[in-house]
Amino acid sequence: MTSSLRFLWPWLALAMLFAGAPQIYSSGSALTMMSVMGEMIIFALSFNMLLGQTGLLSFGHAVYFGLGGFVAIHAMNALIRAKVGVPVVVIPLVGGAAGLAFGVLFGLISTRRAGLVFSMISLGLGELVSSSSFILRSFFGGEEGITTNRTKLAPFFGHKFGSQIEVYYLVAVWCFFCIAAMYALTRTPFGRMCNAVRENGERVEYVGYSAQTIRFIAFSFSAFFAGIAGGLTAVNFEIMNAQQLGAQQSGLVLLMSYIGGIGHFAGPILGAILITFLQITLSDVTNAWQLYFGLLFIGFVLFAPGGLAGWLMLHRDAALKRELWRLAPAYGMVAPALAASFAGAVMLIELAERQLALARSEGSAMRLFGFEVDAASMGPWLMGLVLFCGGVGLTWLVWPKVTGAWGSLTSA
Amino acid sequence: MNSRMVGIALSVSFFVVPALADDTVKIGYIDPLSGGGASIGEIGLKTFQYLADELNASGGLNGKKVEIVALDNKTNPQESLIQAQKAADQGIRIITQGNGSSVAAALSDWVTKYNDRNPGKEIIYFNYAAVDPVLTNDKCSYWHFRWDANSDIKMAALTSFMKDRPNIKKIYLINQDYSFGQAVRTQARAMLKAKRPDIEIVGDEVHPLLKVTDFSPYIAKIKASGADSVITGNWGQDLALLVKAAADAGLQTDWYTYYAGAEGGPTAIKQTGLAHRVFQISEGVANSATEAAQNWEAAFRANEGVSLFYPRAVNEMRMLAKAAAQAKSDDPKAIAPQLEGMTIEAFDGGEATMRKDDHQLFQDMYIGSFGPLDPGAKFDEEGTGWGWKLVGAVKASDTILPTTCKMERP
Amino acid sequence: MLQIVVFSTLNGILYGMLLFMLASGLTLVFSMMGVLNFAHASFYMLGAYLGFEISRHLGFWSGLIIAPLCVGGIGALVERFGLRQLHRLGHVSELLFTFGLAFVIEELVQMIWGKLPVNYNVPPSLDFVAFRLFDTTYPAYRMFMLLTAVAMFAALLIVLTKTRIGLIIQAALTHPDMVAMLGHNVPRLFMVVFGAGSALAGLAGVIAGPALVTQPSMATLLGPILFVVIVVGGLGSLTGAFVASLIIGLVQTFAVAMNISFSELLGPIAPPLLGDLWQVTIAELAPVIPYLLLVTVLIFRPTGLIGKRES
Repeated sequence: MTSSLRFLWPWLALAMLFAGAPQIYSSGSALTMMSVMGEMIIFALSFNMLLGQTGLLSFGHAVYFGLGGFVAIHAMNALIRAKVGVPVVVIPLVGGAAGLAFGVLFGLISTRRAGLVFSMISLGLGELVSSSSFILRSFFGGEEGITTNRTKLAPFFGHKFGSQIEVYYLVAVWCFFCIAAMYALTRTPFGRMCNAVRENGERVEYVGYSAQTIRFIAFSFSAFFAGIAGGLTAVNFEIMNAQQLGAQQSGLVLLMSYIGGIGHFAGPILGAILITFLQITLSDVTNAWQLYFGLLFIGFVLFAPGGLAGWLMLHRDAALKRELWRLAPAYGMVAPALAASFAGAVMLIELAERQLALARSEGSAMRLFGFEVDAASMGPWLMGLVLFCGGVGLTWLVWPKVTGAWGSLTSA
Repeated sequence: MNSRMVGIALSVSFFVVPALADDTVKIGYIDPLSGGGASIGEIGLKTFQYLADELNASGGLNGKKVEIVALDNKTNPQESLIQAQKAADQGIRIITQGNGSSVAAALSDWVTKYNDRNPGKEIIYFNYAAVDPVLTNDKCSYWHFRWDANSDIKMAALTSFMKDRPNIKKIYLINQDYSFGQAVRTQARAMLKAKRPDIEIVGDEVHPLLKVTDFSPYIAKIKASGADSVITGNWGQDLALLVKAAADAGLQTDWYTYYAGAEGGPTAIKQTGLAHRVFQISEGVANSATEAAQNWEAAFRANEGVSLFYPRAVNEMRMLAKAAAQAKSDDPKAIAPQLEGMTIEAFDGGEATMRKDDHQLFQDMYIGSFGPLDPGAKFDEEGTGWGWKLVGAVKASDTILPTTCKMERP
Repeated sequence: MLQIVVFSTLNGILYGMLLFMLASGLTLVFSMMGVLNFAHASFYMLGAYLGFEISRHLGFWSGLIIAPLCVGGIGALVERFGLRQLHRLGHVSELLFTFGLAFVIEELVQMIWGKLPVNYNVPPSLDFVAFRLFDTTYPAYRMFMLLTAVAMFAALLIVLTKTRIGLIIQAALTHPDMVAMLGHNVPRLFMVVFGAGSALAGLAGVIAGPALVTQPSMATLLGPILFVVIVVGGLGSLTGAFVASLIIGLVQTFAVAMNISFSELLGPIAPPLLGDLWQVTIAELAPVIPYLLLVTVLIFRPTGLIGKRES
């Protein structure tokens, strides 16, 4: 492959994926979900600019997302009232500008220190802004939030963006450009200095850069992209609500980025897709979905701190040297053990949820993996316990095979 | 669990656009089933499922079975829109929701836009508990129908009741600082001034929503003001902590509330020992309802294990059945005109009318006080041994309020 | 007016002491291990629920003793099997672990005890009026809470300054490596401190449960304020945590009592911009004030009021 093709093919593949996805998943809610995924990808990538690249853990990043969205939605309403001919495609930029403005404003105070102080300030600022959303009622719309109608803006080459598929493509185009822009940033000297600040802020000063300035600029850029994500959300849902700049949203983007993998650029993309999917579909399947999220998070922190991307990239060298087959037998042995422990854990949690939370009102009969079971009887509990303990024990027994297989690779 | 299988099917529906089942009418129930609001959401779901079963037993809607599809919105407006979209994909054309006016506003707005952009696939939205008046005033929609008296109507009924109570002389207002609490206090002031100008409002307080852990400073202020009655829209922990602090401080006032009977309220009030000093405005008092209603509620409680918190859900389903029968169809376009202006006999007696101008139901309102049960009273709340006792009733006609709704009709 | 001041002061001190009971454990753990335990408020909630459960079967006083021990045990287990594995990965991993743990604990509590508040009552032996001032009663249970918090502070001070293990802990606060080299089992020390911190939080929960509503959102309601307290007081300083708890407790309680809005304060010079902001009363601002304090302190004095180190 020529070097330019090697550089371009992931981008081409990404563009084709974005363009082709709605052909495969064409239902209205699939399109909505993919639009949300697009917004979350931008949001998570902007968050990782802080955490993964500059080493700044922020607990209040949703503030810039939310404020960007609110300014965007007010802008849309103002444009509609004034009958100015600005198409809706530009609105995310308005959100981005708002995010940037607030990022600069709050960044001046946030970025003076790094580490825990930064995290605490971000937490404080986040709570400050979300608490004031009840006070500044005309901007935040109080409980009902602010609504708008995107079809009332000027059409863009005949498109009024009424249908979900048009919105999806709008989100997809913006998402593509934001991914490209943020990736480009990582390849600049500035991006490298951010990494340097992450590794050793003091040393950065020795080579003549001000760590504080670098943090500040990274923070501002990060807020800009978060604002774009917020603007896209405003366009997609046509409503902005104060919940979207609250602590839960900040926690969500942290979850997404971490599970995707903060050490790699594409990590948050994977995390955003996975977590959005789970968020939307898991609650249909189980009432205990929040517990699964928490356990998933803890599991990743304990066993896979590199996230999904980290785990995938571990195999990169082996894949390049076409040595993955060496790992296959060991993986084949450990996979059923892991699956069994996972299934057992799910069984126990679902049984507990049924028995403790719902039995009093709905009885203890339930469906588990398609089978009718009675949560009050010992049978399912024993089975769940056996599966879980057996799975864990088997994994522990088989694990040396996995480490052995890794050791047999000729690459690192 | 029927709804869970439907839930799995819904997730799979992303990949397949399914054929519509023609012999069931699905009603999407969009309310929290996990997280903080879950217990209330689950009760509503049970109520609707019970009502659907009852409807099916008597033939369903024009022969078609009614099925309630549970969609968890986690009390989040955005999530509710995603769930509504899922419902639309599944061919669900009737959705119902009640917990949270923020969600209701988002849904009403979305339904209007969806119907505008997808003619022929209209969805109708039944609101059974979100009481923000704006939903049937400035933000009204042809496709939104409300079965709960909105907070202004409730205040109108409450103040009509207070008009005839000469022992009320000084009132203290304390509310949560958000749209609902603000609506309560504004209307309280305005309506009391009109109906009982001699009543002195000695305090008007708002506090942050669900953030206050210690209400004693507020109680101290209420005491200092010399109020004999307090009007509050507080619910949940805000109400529980408020009455607790009042009991701790030995405050002797009457409490006029909207949501003392909501989940957790009865337990908190019983704990404080404030017998028959806490009042609530609602569309029915179980212990004084008609015999038919009491029997119905007894069966419901035996079956589901919870009180009937939503007599208005009964009204909603009965009116839906009547509209479908009259229109000989379950298409929302046909049902909506039937519902407008419809009158039925409400669950707790009296005549209820769905006003055409704003799609707000007007019904008789009742004021009950909470305390030890009278002999012969059947229903206690939350296992406390205390129940609601009727102290006043306001006819529907005395609760009518004007509306600013300018409805755009299709 | 005087009535409001007196009661606000009492309640402010009480609230402050409650915050201190929680913050003390948190700041100890942070000083020693560098771990900011997000799940600390969750241990508080666990204490309340376990206290409730035990008091249902064995009475309040047994709950008062057993529940904190249980929570301490759980804390020790969390340290041994969770945090200890993460020391090598750095503070961010530990922080995130406790973050996820807070989530999981809240979910488990909801699953076991339901999503509604539970009926955790003041024990009849304490359910009387302590005194009567200006025609308002003050419940004895609150005095009990106050006394327990003061007793706890005194006990903590004595243990830390006068006992051998306390001295070792103090040394490990600033020089863990040296302490290890002197032959003390520092990992076990960490576990003990973490467990003790959790037990303190549990104790706070057992006591606060009957006074406040015992419900699954207890932790998220108190959590952020806790961080404000230890950051404002100074990370790693017990005295700082004490002072900050009192300040925040008093400020919040007094703010709630004040009904003056900014427009009344500023009068005619209030500008028409940001219209909503000027109509806001100080009482409405009460939940925001701690965060304002947090941000202000962090900007001007990142070490906190009395702390010696910033991280």
